[in-house]
Amino acid sequence: MSIQPVLLWSDVLLFVLMASIGGLSLWARRQDALRAAWARVARNPVAMSAATVLAAFVLIGLLDSVHYRARLPAQPGAETRYSVEVNSALDAVLADLRQRAEKTYSAPLATHLFAKEALENSAQREFPRLKFGGAHLGADLAAHEFDIAVRVSRGCAAGMLLWLLMASLWCRLADLELIATLKQLREGNQGSGAGNPATGAVFVTLLGILLLLGIAISLGGGYHVFGTDKVGQDVLYLSLKSIRTGLLIGTLTTLVMLPLAVLLGILAGYVGGWVDDLIQYLYTTLSSIPGVLLIAAAVLMMQVIIDTHPDWFATSAERADARLLALCLILGMTSWTGVARLLRGETLKLRELEFVQAAQAFGVGRFAIMRRHILPNLMHIVLIALVMDFSGLVLAEAVLSYVGVGVDPSTISFGTMINTARMELAREPMVWWSLVAAFAFMFALVLAANLFADAVRDAFDPRSSA
Amino acid sequence: MTILSVRDLAIHIPPGDFRPGAGIARPVDGISFDITPGECFALLGESGCGKSMTALGIMRLLPIAARAVAGTVNFEGRDLLALPESGMRDVRGGGIGMIFQEPATSLNPVLTVGRQIVEALELHSAMRGQAARARAAELLDQVGIPDPLRRLDEFPFQLSGGLRQRVMIAIALAGEPRLLIADEPTTALDVTIQAQVLDLLDDLRRKQGMALLLITHDLGVVARMADRVGVMYGGQLVEEAPRAAFFSQAAHPYSVRLFAALPDAKRRGGRLATIPGSVPAADVRHLGCRFAERCSEAVLACAATPPPWRVVETGQRVRCHLPGAAPAALPQIGAGAAVLAIAARPLLEVSDLQVHFPIRRGILQRAVGAVRAVDGMSLQLMAGRTLALVGESGCGKTTAGKAMLQLIRPTAGRVQLDGVELTTRSAAELRPLRAKMQMVFQDPFASLNPRLRIGDIIAEGMQALGTGAMGANGSMGDNGGDTAAKVGPLLEQVGLRADMVDRYPHEFSGGQRQRIAIARALAVHPQLLICDEPTSALDVSVQAQILNLLSDLQRDLKLAYLFITHNIAVVDYLAHDVAVMYLGRVVERGTADEVLRQSRHPYTQALLAAVPRIDGLGPLVVKLAGDMPSPANPPAGCHFHPRCPLADDACRRDYPPERRFGATHAVRCIKA
Amino acid sequence: MLAYIIRRLLYAIPILIGVNLLTFALFFVVNTPDDMARMQLGVKRVTPEAIQKWKVERGYDKPLVWNAAAAGSATLTDTIFFSKSVRMFAGDFGRADDGRDISREIGSRMGPSLAIALPTFVLGLFVAISFALLLVFFRATTLDFAGVVLCVAMMSISGLFYIIGGQWLVSKVWHLVPISGYGGGLDAAKFLILPVIIGVFGGIGSSTRWYRTIFLEEITRDYVRTARAKGLPERVVLFRHVLRNAMIPILTGVVVVIPSLFMGSLLTESFFGIPGLGSYTIDAINAQDFAVVRSMVFIGSVLYIAGLLLTDISYTLADPRVRLQ
Repeated sequence: MSIQPVLLWSDVLLFVLMASIGGLSLWARRQDALRAAWARVARNPVAMSAATVLAAFVLIGLLDSVHYRARLPAQPGAETRYSVEVNSALDAVLADLRQRAEKTYSAPLATHLFAKEALENSAQREFPRLKFGGAHLGADLAAHEFDIAVRVSRGCAAGMLLWLLMASLWCRLADLELIATLKQLREGNQGSGAGNPATGAVFVTLLGILLLLGIAISLGGGYHVFGTDKVGQDVLYLSLKSIRTGLLIGTLTTLVMLPLAVLLGILAGYVGGWVDDLIQYLYTTLSSIPGVLLIAAAVLMMQVIIDTHPDWFATSAERADARLLALCLILGMTSWTGVARLLRGETLKLRELEFVQAAQAFGVGRFAIMRRHILPNLMHIVLIALVMDFSGLVLAEAVLSYVGVGVDPSTISFGTMINTARMELAREPMVWWSLVAAFAFMFALVLAANLFADAVRDAFDPRSSA
Repeated sequence: MTILSVRDLAIHIPPGDFRPGAGIARPVDGISFDITPGECFALLGESGCGKSMTALGIMRLLPIAARAVAGTVNFEGRDLLALPESGMRDVRGGGIGMIFQEPATSLNPVLTVGRQIVEALELHSAMRGQAARARAAELLDQVGIPDPLRRLDEFPFQLSGGLRQRVMIAIALAGEPRLLIADEPTTALDVTIQAQVLDLLDDLRRKQGMALLLITHDLGVVARMADRVGVMYGGQLVEEAPRAAFFSQAAHPYSVRLFAALPDAKRRGGRLATIPGSVPAADVRHLGCRFAERCSEAVLACAATPPPWRVVETGQRVRCHLPGAAPAALPQIGAGAAVLAIAARPLLEVSDLQVHFPIRRGILQRAVGAVRAVDGMSLQLMAGRTLALVGESGCGKTTAGKAMLQLIRPTAGRVQLDGVELTTRSAAELRPLRAKMQMVFQDPFASLNPRLRIGDIIAEGMQALGTGAMGANGSMGDNGGDTAAKVGPLLEQVGLRADMVDRYPHEFSGGQRQRIAIARALAVHPQLLICDEPTSALDVSVQAQILNLLSDLQRDLKLAYLFITHNIAVVDYLAHDVAVMYLGRVVERGTADEVLRQSRHPYTQALLAAVPRIDGLGPLVVKLAGDMPSPANPPAGCHFHPRCPLADDACRRDYPPERRFGATHAVRCIKA
Repeated sequence: MLAYIIRRLLYAIPILIGVNLLTFALFFVVNTPDDMARMQLGVKRVTPEAIQKWKVERGYDKPLVWNAAAAGSATLTDTIFFSKSVRMFAGDFGRADDGRDISREIGSRMGPSLAIALPTFVLGLFVAISFALLLVFFRATTLDFAGVVLCVAMMSISGLFYIIGGQWLVSKVWHLVPISGYGGGLDAAKFLILPVIIGVFGGIGSSTRWYRTIFLEEITRDYVRTARAKGLPERVVLFRHVLRNAMIPILTGVVVVIPSLFMGSLLTESFFGIPGLGSYTIDAINAQDFAVVRSMVFIGSVLYIAGLLLTDISYTLADPRVRLQ
């Protein structure tokens, strides 16, 4: 076997999360009200097109969560040894991007380095040629622009083709006439596709994604699409790798805090009395410390622990992963209070409802009432909190990493990208591309998440139906 | 000469995100009527018939999704639907005033009463400053609010419900409108307050020659107020008639059934006529008569073509295919033998029950007083009989019911069920007794957990109490078998189908939900059912179904009911014994005949007199002034003395002892 | 009402004690002072003497909560807990790693922080509420829809982008104001304009959307229908009726942050080189100056609790139902 699978803790949690989403959706299918709410989301064109974008991000994040260590070239007679470097499936897919590092900065699609250097055979300082970017052009630099145009159109064509393939496959499955459906789509007829107005939106979004994908692959074969950073790494590669970190922080954090928040919120609301007083005291105290400061303090302390126990981690990836998880945990511990407060208030209302009193009249026990009558009626709030928090957390990661209390500096994330790129702004002329790339990817992710979250909230929250 | 003339008004709501797949809803689907100056025209109908939508359509105050798509609304010669928004603003308040159902929410909570009236005055008259303020005080005085100058500076929350509705009327009067639209103006009020507000509206109409468009579901209110009646069904008028003709002989089958569904003493022990099914949804398209599918007289033509307007000989216009006026009177079962043998020992005996909620004030939140929700009530209920606990909102009747079930632990007093004392038992010790007593709640939409299937809801009690086949703590699916087998027959017993077990509550109408709630209580074979206003959230035709069901169940299962209600007609129809509550205490109790026909307590008499009657008999002399005092601060002496026409010094001094008149009739009044 | 405020004040005491205990546990129990010394000194230079010296310099050489060696009340007072945590109640925060007195440093840095945070707050509130009212006035039209989409887009942009983009555009391309720095007196204005505008801009998206939701919820209430039935124009309905009632939920969300304005903004201050508390904090975090971070945590929660109290009071003033009962 040429690889040794590595299961990082965050991978485990991510897959558990995926499995539980799967399980919950199976459960929700049996619940009429939930199914109806999801059906509303599914009919919302904006939500579904946002969901398509999110799905693309999640796919990248999941690929990036299958980790392994490659086997080192076998030494005759020696034991099989594996590299200390932990790679992911995404790294394997993007092996080209990852390995074609330049010496230092280069602009997007450039053929030369960004800064002049003294060349060996001349006294003059010149822009040296890149090792990989545009190397296939050879000496024919005049063909640079033409080559880019060709590659873009080739990428477009490939993306289009792939899209048509998927569309026809879908039409086959849904038993529709492809040409007629496309025509309907072009005419902006929302009625296409089994009566769901969102299907068209999904396919239009998919077309956009596939076109971008085609162009990126086609250009990326010969150039650095988003340029390279200070140590010559491809910025596109860094941006794609950042996605997993963002996704993890956005989801695991809420997941970590949910059980605690739900339990305490319901207990405080339903049991009341001193339990309520204690829980309220607990969350008022925690929430009275400004979030960033509490996180900073906790992260500083965590850093001390990690630094004083280097023996706990076999690889640097594991250490970075531990720090990422700890960050999720800390973010979670500081943000559960809001959800708990919300759930407490809602429980107080539910407690007075007549179906709870009817259960009390049967002598149903407290915990059975909380489980059967309170919890299921709070699930929509939990879900809304989950999706609404996601985008805020992705944005928070960038800020925290900038402040210096975010992820490990060796972890590739939007925050670390921005943090390192910030210094480059002062250069003259400016190195803008890694910053723009990080912001653009982050914007796409957060915007999609926000739009999707809005639709979910509208569909699940009876109050927002106005 | 008409002041308002509505022609073919249609209001549509396009399907939105929340009703995917549904068609266009047509809450108002072509309605025409006229109102002459000074006239009171009543739009009568059950919930969902489009009567409120009509009123909002006239005022152009429709919800954002709804729009008037056809017809004209002609007010004093101008088509309101064609006016620009600025022109419409002069009509609102100035030409047409409007008051709404919920006085509690219809006033701005953060502005003073005076500010809200003056605002309307400034808009529709030249009055400003002190003049406007003086006029506002005058208006408050005119609507019968005592001490108007002080009230001007108060906020709505400082007023009682009745006073708030008077303020609403004062605001509406500020622009001196020629037409007042009153949308269920008294539905949220107690019956004694309702009488006051109706008197006020009637008085204003006569004195100022103002026309009144009264929207209501209450036949009694129509009989009290209206000159002419329009009956709405499914977004259309089905009958239009002068009041006298309508109440002496209604013409449309729907109107006839509405009357027949009303409970009262004459139908006692018998069954009420019911209308099968429920009001059609607003997005259903109709070919023929909208009432056809619920009409027992329907002929082929009814379902095929819309019925034309027709004038019958009694003078009313009716929209019905059937020849002649009203169909023959519905069959009635004569008064049954309702009186059961009186057992030796009461099933439920309550003595000196008290429920006090502490009022906490100050820095340390010490209890500085108590809301005496229930303050020493005693009553007895025999097996198989119905005791009605009657009172206005806030008198503590619901709290008393819950305290008897130990859902709220009483502060003091004793509750004995079948000779077993309940108040001293712990929650665990109470559990085996819970099968004997159950409760049916008021709001059928809040009393069923929306996340559980009907089968699970009904099985819950059996599982908790182990009366059904006991599965450890599983749901229906886990232990399947016996519990599930018992749920089906229960559903059939309450008039639903056994195959409905797998549905969720939202698929059912209000009446069906109340049946499910009853089935849930019956599942554990109780002897006592405490029914807390079980029909007050339901339309009158559905109320009749539930009342019929309850009396059937009593006959078959020998159930005892403690029936908590404010509806005297229901009491008269159903109760064997009656206890009247006022401010946490029972002031009069006895058999239904004793309390309702020979009432001795002045409060009972006033309560009975305040109920609007459909037989056109005018209200009796006894009128109650003012509101019920707060249970946190009850008056000294007899609680009722501040409102009692008979009160003297002795009444102000001591709470009256119980005086007995015969074996069963007891009154707490020294004047009785 | 006075009793109510006193009660809220009393309630703040156990919370402050809780915060204090929590920070103590976080900074001294999770990691011992030895661990912190080891990390700060770096692995290479760690010797027992160096650790001891590091601890003595900072007063971390005492026992945690119970000094068995001392006599009398000193068994309690001559400890880390008393000298580092309890004394914070008296405003004594000790010294930073660079030897400066933290209390004085905080006092001198509050001004610049407030000079940015206060205008940002006031202007942001005004702009967002006006924008939200505009959207609500044109509700269910294309303008409303476009406004909401714009809001969602704006709140999807990282705060860092607003700052970096703003600095680049306004200072570097247009050369309108200095890119960063701070001056005293009137001179400060030219340094403050950009951070304030960027602060307002960055907050518009989410707050407009929040206010719009509140207004829309308020506008469906029955009393709004009553106001319209009087014949009031939509403008008056919005300003006199809806806005007045919406102020109650808005106040509860907004007043709580007012005292915390003193804390300044971490990002803005560090990017613009403002010598306020925000940049103080961020420098302390980067230098791992635990004493400063600990002090800021404590001050931050004191200010937040003051904000809660202010919220209660403002709520009482805004809502007659609370005021008069």
